[in-house]
Amino acid sequence: MTDTPFAPGTVTTEKSGQERLPSLVVIALLWIAAMIIIAFTADFIRPYDITAFDLKNRLAPPGNAAHLLGTDELGRDVLSRLIESIRISLLIAFGSTLISAFVGTFLGFLAAHFRGIVEQVVLMLADFQAALPFLILSLAVLAFFGNSVLLLTCLMGFYGWERYARITRGLAISANAQGYAAAVTQLGAKPSRIYLRHILPNIASTLIVSMTLTFPEIILLESSLSFLGLGVQPPMTSLGNMVGYGREYLTTAPWIMLAPALIIMFTTLSISILGDWLRDQLDPTIR
Amino acid sequence: MNSAFLAAENLVKTYTSRRGPFSTATAVRAVDRVSLSLARATTLGIVGESGSGKSTTGRLVLGLEQPTEGTVSFDGNRMPQEKTNEWRGLRARMQLVYQDPLAALDRRLTVGVQIGEPLQIHAMGSAEERKARVAELMKAVGLRADQAERYPHELSGGQRQRVVIARAIACNPELLVCDEAVSALDVSIQAQVVNLLRDLQEERGIAMIFISHDLKVVRNISDRVAVMYLGRIVEEASSDEIFRRPLHPYTQALVSSVPVAGTALKQRIILQGEPPNPAARPTGCAFHPRCRHAIARCRSETPELLSIETGRSVACHLMGSAPITEASGRTM
Repeated sequence: MTDTPFAPGTVTTEKSGQERLPSLVVIALLWIAAMIIIAFTADFIRPYDITAFDLKNRLAPPGNAAHLLGTDELGRDVLSRLIESIRISLLIAFGSTLISAFVGTFLGFLAAHFRGIVEQVVLMLADFQAALPFLILSLAVLAFFGNSVLLLTCLMGFYGWERYARITRGLAISANAQGYAAAVTQLGAKPSRIYLRHILPNIASTLIVSMTLTFPEIILLESSLSFLGLGVQPPMTSLGNMVGYGREYLTTAPWIMLAPALIIMFTTLSISILGDWLRDQLDPTIR
Repeated sequence: MNSAFLAAENLVKTYTSRRGPFSTATAVRAVDRVSLSLARATTLGIVGESGSGKSTTGRLVLGLEQPTEGTVSFDGNRMPQEKTNEWRGLRARMQLVYQDPLAALDRRLTVGVQIGEPLQIHAMGSAEERKARVAELMKAVGLRADQAERYPHELSGGQRQRVVIARAIACNPELLVCDEAVSALDVSIQAQVVNLLRDLQEERGIAMIFISHDLKVVRNISDRVAVMYLGRIVEEASSDEIFRRPLHPYTQALVSSVPVAGTALKQRIILQGEPPNPAARPTGCAFHPRCRHAIARCRSETPELLSIETGRSVACHLMGSAPITEASGRTM
């Protein structure tokens, strides 16, 4: 702890610093807000249908009168496809991140609470998950069950859960052994109260940072799967899918690939910045 | 005297510790056949050096740990199994005050919320009533009302200790175990907290177990004092008696180290030898390697805690024949 809460000078400077957001965070917030708005209003703001061909204007460069971001090899509007891709990719990434955080945290709490055989099983599953190349697992599942956006989201929800489970288990065990959780147990609290009201808020900062790490990974994973042809299927489109198809025209029409690639980069960067800032905000001892 | 309010019979707590992956586990008897009884509105002080089993005894009588052997009964009933609903319900009637308040408080909740938490857990009163009760508790322990919105790290050590005490007394417990509750505080705040605990006891008739290595504080607050050495009670007597006329050689050494105002510390007994290790307990009387009066019998035979006068018991072989005096100590 570096802050000295009793020195009046520091308190006032901290207060004013606390009210103004860092400009980087503002930019990140605006970017994510824009992405979310685009995802929700995709149907209305999209200038063309994603499968509408403009055969006379194939591979038109950006700045074309009819197509702001140009067109692809079939004359489809890149901007329209980009908007639709943002919606699909965000849906999958947010959904999967939440599923994996929920599953991992829950299993971690189970392991910490029951110990013994339950803990061993959870740890075994976590090791199994960590040892198995996730891409191979996804390929197997998608090859057998075909694919839909829902299946893809659920499948990728299993990506990275073992990290949350391990973090949660370790932190919950140490909290239970000494300190605040033991004190609340001693007050007569039920386990649900101890875990949800005390341990979860205390370890949330670590979990949020972990989420901001998983989120970009899931976007990239979805991109890899789509790139391999097992993710989002054409004519549907996602950011990774666009990068995959655009690759073939990298030298002649780089805008097809660069537009989604830049979106991936800025979104993951914004999430990381936001997560970092959020972690500090959630911790009253740092403020 | 309602002596059966809290009674512990022959408590034993054994921990197993393993040095390396291939060595066999060794059993450590942290608490060895300890019996206690406590009446309402009285305070029992437990003193002893680190590792003597004071804190473990405190946790055992609260039911926070299950004794390996022996029983604890509270208000005539046996202590229920840990973490059952019955056990949880009983928490409203007995509380522990922690040594390290910063570790015992959740740093993400304001102290007002934390003081009110036991009330919430045991579903006492409406939200309004709970709020009023928190304000009342904070006043009782000497905290300002506006400090309810503070986080634990924003308070000083003494204030945090008050928060822990306020939380412990929120449900009007009948038994309070203070485990080194004031050891980490500076002397002026120690006195405040001790007075606070005394006032609370007078007001509410709380039975208290006060665990400390600080004899001055124990003397100040306790009605009776038990001295522990290596997991056993070696002497138990009323507070006045034990400090005026300590009988066990270990108690004598402890008491001689407490300065008395206005007199020089002259007859200080300095203990020789190693501090005790519970994993390698000496044979016979555990204190014999450091005892100035040890005789051959002390090495082979473990002395029992025997009542030698009314309300006074000592575990020492020398007690049976003649009391140890300072004079006999010096001639040896």
